[in-house]
Amino acid sequence: MTLIGWLQIAVFCALVLALTRPLGGYMTRVFNGERTVLFPLLRPLESALYRLGGIDEKREQHWLTYTVAMLLFHVGGFVILYALMRLQAFLPFNPAGQTAVAPDLSFNTAVSFLTNTNWQNYGGESTMSYLVQMLGLTHQNFLSAATGIALSIALVRGFARASFKTIGNFWVDLTRCTLYVLLPICIVFALFLVWQGIPQTLGPSVEATTLEGAKQTIAVGPVASQVAIKMFGTNGGGFFNANAAHPFENPTALSNLLQMVAIFAIGAALTNVFGRMVGNERQGFAILAAMAVLFVAGGAVTYWAEASGTPVLHSLGLAGGNMEGKEVRFGIVASALFAVVTTAASCGAVNAMHDAFTALGGMIPLINMQLGEIIVGGVGAGLYGMLIFVVITMFVAGLMVGRTPEYAGKKIEAKEMKMAMLAILCLPLMILGWTAIAVVFPPAAAATGNAGPHGFSEILYAYTSQTANNGSAFAGLSANTPFYNLSGGIAMLVGRFFVIIPAMAIAGSLAAKKAVPASAGTFPTTGGLFIGLLIGVILIVGGLTFFPALALGPVVEHLAMQANTLF
Amino acid sequence: MLREIRPAIVFAIALALLTGLAYPLAITGIASVVFPDQAQGSLIVRNGQVIGSRLIGQNFTSARYFHGRPSATTAADPADATKTVPAPYNAASSMGANLGPTSKALAERLQADVGRLKAENATDPVPVDLVTTSGSGLDPDISPAAAFFQAQRVAKARQLPEARVRALVTEHTAGRMLGFLGEPRVNVLALNLALDQMTP
Repeated sequence: MTLIGWLQIAVFCALVLALTRPLGGYMTRVFNGERTVLFPLLRPLESALYRLGGIDEKREQHWLTYTVAMLLFHVGGFVILYALMRLQAFLPFNPAGQTAVAPDLSFNTAVSFLTNTNWQNYGGESTMSYLVQMLGLTHQNFLSAATGIALSIALVRGFARASFKTIGNFWVDLTRCTLYVLLPICIVFALFLVWQGIPQTLGPSVEATTLEGAKQTIAVGPVASQVAIKMFGTNGGGFFNANAAHPFENPTALSNLLQMVAIFAIGAALTNVFGRMVGNERQGFAILAAMAVLFVAGGAVTYWAEASGTPVLHSLGLAGGNMEGKEVRFGIVASALFAVVTTAASCGAVNAMHDAFTALGGMIPLINMQLGEIIVGGVGAGLYGMLIFVVITMFVAGLMVGRTPEYAGKKIEAKEMKMAMLAILCLPLMILGWTAIAVVFPPAAAATGNAGPHGFSEILYAYTSQTANNGSAFAGLSANTPFYNLSGGIAMLVGRFFVIIPAMAIAGSLAAKKAVPASAGTFPTTGGLFIGLLIGVILIVGGLTFFPALALGPVVEHLAMQANTLF
Repeated sequence: MLREIRPAIVFAIALALLTGLAYPLAITGIASVVFPDQAQGSLIVRNGQVIGSRLIGQNFTSARYFHGRPSATTAADPADATKTVPAPYNAASSMGANLGPTSKALAERLQADVGRLKAENATDPVPVDLVTTSGSGLDPDISPAAAFFQAQRVAKARQLPEARVRALVTEHTAGRMLGFLGEPRVNVLALNLALDQMTP
């Protein structure tokens, strides 16, 4: 570990924090329907969309209608994406002549991009036409992100409102998020990325003759436009197989820094939106502080583990840390930091191969995802995931003093607790359940790329990543098989919607309640005690649930690594 | 609930066209005017022929050239399309080796590569990036230490004074961006192009 390494981490944190309030303020105004700077430019387009859809933007929806609208919208998105992949051979923008994607892989991929997971059982440059990359995948990058943000705003309204039957209009939230937040940011960021060296062309792959006279086919494409939203929308699906490790997806250390900032920007800003909407910004800062503590702790462990290297490297006299699977232009610190950022948020882009990380360095990304990706988290998903943990924390705090818990002026009662528990339980059910099935199903167990405990970690990571809607992988696992495609698809659907539906039920229930004025007996939720309690609940719930599985994977592997045992 | 079906269809199609066609095509159009070189892939053209991209590594095996890092990329086996064969720096199929810290295969590969490099240069310590595969298999860079490590071999193969080759490496070393971001590095293709210009 070096001083300049810590400086890179500090600058990253400072940039994210600097963006939180301005972006939070802007998004609050957008979702409250106020005039913003882009209003004159985009308002005609917005109104046209409402007219076309037959929407009255003033008419709000009950939580059930809001949720059904969201689900119906996803059916449309699924049909478009699935059809594009199956039919790509007959459609334009396919200079490489890619053939139809297999049905099971198309199902897994469509679910993956719809749920903001972007798990990829395919290599982009060798599987997908430019039309699928743009109209299928780039499009879902935007809309799965916009959906997540819209849902989190609906939940925030639940806390902010009193005696309301409605929580907003899904179509309006979706449209405003896409038009006023995601598109403008991505246009600017995509052009910045092209400047740094990311290609943006519809031309075919380039045929080069190398200095030694060999042929090299260089895949290009409309990359920058997809990378911009893949980061801001915490989607993470790569245009190329190697994702952000590919020089064409992340050409410089500067593009790397700003891609990491992009991953956190909206998620961090949403904590501020929450604070503003419930009328006390410090409520948002308290949540962000809990996230920051968990983030910095994880970052320090992974940085230390990767900088320390492995006994195999040491025995050969190789100094400088574990560079296996990492790129020279990023080095140890920017690779370790990226891994922690991408799994703390539900991004899943990788700029180094997590499969080649040291045992403990690779365990932190696993833990980040298993905690439910609430450390900043996916856009929207991180906030509603974190608010579910807040509900549980307040319930625990209420039990300690024997008082009905309140949060942001709302009583937390049996219904909210039941829904919160439902959301929390789907994670271990999918992650541990499918992992257990895969390790005893011979064809699935044989798909691992590494032997020993690391092979187990590959399977555990696959279901953790898909259930948590992350999308990063221990990529040695050959997961493009019907078993993994289907089981992973189910894990992604349950991991997304069995958190969303309970969260919306909580939103509806809270919005209908009366506000409780704060009294002397109210537990303050803006101070250190609350932050500590929240972190404790997150770690205990996650730790108790997943520690046995982690012990079989990375923990055993670390001990084996120290004892020079190879597999 | 039924009244949500019309907006579901309209918004699915309209927003798909906006974000999936209008947006990427607009970026393509703007980029082709403002950053035409980068938009095409930062290609290097000599005598009308594309010889590669500044951002994509190439496979160098000759003693006359500096070598990049080991690459784990593969290509379809010409004899059997269901299998793959090693094809270093295949820029049509990026991938890493994905071998973990307790992998026997990784330990054996590292041992063999370190042995080979020590036979070539017994004085300097072997730089770690010269024996580890990159994440993409297309890493265009090596560390300055990895370049200096090879200077002796390249100088001998080209019958150049070693000091001249080392000076060329120094000249092609890029520092950290903005003074603190990333790591110092040497672009292998650019360095080898400069070598060829010095001694064709």
